[in-house]
Amino acid sequence: MGQCPVNIKEYMHEYLDGEISPEHKQILQDHLAICSDCQKHLHELEKTTALVQSMSHIKAPDDFTLKVIEKLPKEKKKVGIKRWFSHHPFLTAAAVFVILMSGSLFSTWGDSNQFSVTKDPNIIIENNTAVVPEGETIKGDIVVRNGDIRIEGTVEGNVTVVNGDKYLASAGEVTGEIEEINEIFSWLWYQIKNGFNSIMNLLAGL
Amino acid sequence: MEEFVKSRINEVRKGDHNAFGEIVEIYKDRIYQLCYRMLGNAHEAEDIAQEAFIRAYVNIERYNINRKFSTWLYRIATNLCIDRIRKKKPDYFLDAEVAGTDGLNLYSQVKSKEMSPDEKVAKMELQEIIQMEILKLPEKYRSVILLKYIEELSLKEISEVLDLPIGTVKTRIHRGREALRKQLRNI
Repeated sequence: MGQCPVNIKEYMHEYLDGEISPEHKQILQDHLAICSDCQKHLHELEKTTALVQSMSHIKAPDDFTLKVIEKLPKEKKKVGIKRWFSHHPFLTAAAVFVILMSGSLFSTWGDSNQFSVTKDPNIIIENNTAVVPEGETIKGDIVVRNGDIRIEGTVEGNVTVVNGDKYLASAGEVTGEIEEINEIFSWLWYQIKNGFNSIMNLLAGL
Repeated sequence: MEEFVKSRINEVRKGDHNAFGEIVEIYKDRIYQLCYRMLGNAHEAEDIAQEAFIRAYVNIERYNINRKFSTWLYRIATNLCIDRIRKKKPDYFLDAEVAGTDGLNLYSQVKSKEMSPDEKVAKMELQEIIQMEILKLPEKYRSVILLKYIEELSLKEISEVLDLPIGTVKTRIHRGREALRKQLRNI
């Protein structure tokens, strides 16, 4: 191979890589036509790459992914919960509904921690106690929250006391119902009853 | 596909195992195959391929989302394989033999279409020989030859996987081909 061009092997590899320039290709072709050794060499190189490429594709074992997941550092709890939600849309919707419902319920309950009483010019306020003075007549319902009521006069309507006590003087008179509410469930029941009553009133008004 | 992988990676970064499982499913065969051909042993290949995925998970923050995920994964796997080869160098020949038997078991599991038992045996033996000759290559040639001819990566991708200039990759492929030519020419 004494008369072979200096870089002929390099040209062969350029050819195999598909990156040979036209000039190099010409030199290679011309040389291969006259040199059987180089022909053989290129042929062997081509056979080598074909053999390597002929190897079967191997697949990973079936349980490969499972084994990898088992070995991962622990998943953050937050992600698991989030994924559970996205996989159970109906339960998520139900949970959101319950949370919103109880939220509004508790906020109504919590908001009314302050003493309040139905506005009426004839009602006197004494230290968290609403007083209906003797001889006065209140027309309409009275609701007292987080305080007491002392009735010495007359109420022409219902009296409701939330989180408080009612004192009815011997001279006092309530034409409607008197009610005391102290627990959250009674409060809830009262809200429902109120809603129902206003619907009934509405219907009655039609 | 890269887009899908990237959306999964955002979930993985929040620590989602299932999202990572989907990524493993996509790449497991390619990574396992590279490890198997690099190491020549099914048990070690599984071990190293799993380790590669675990490292990818642990270091996911360091992955640059603007680059190809497979390149990054190949890089982790190749480095782990080369480390393993360097550690076990003393019992090199012993391992090559183990590789042969393991290969036999594996190939017998691979269902080949419309081949007579004789052809199957012949193919098995040929594949074993090729695998053994690949294992005789120094690891710097072995990795480029496998990435090019088994994983079918471009020269540019190989240069990114190995963090080498393209010129160096080419030289290694040329030398690897020459070395294999000497070993395989009489088949």
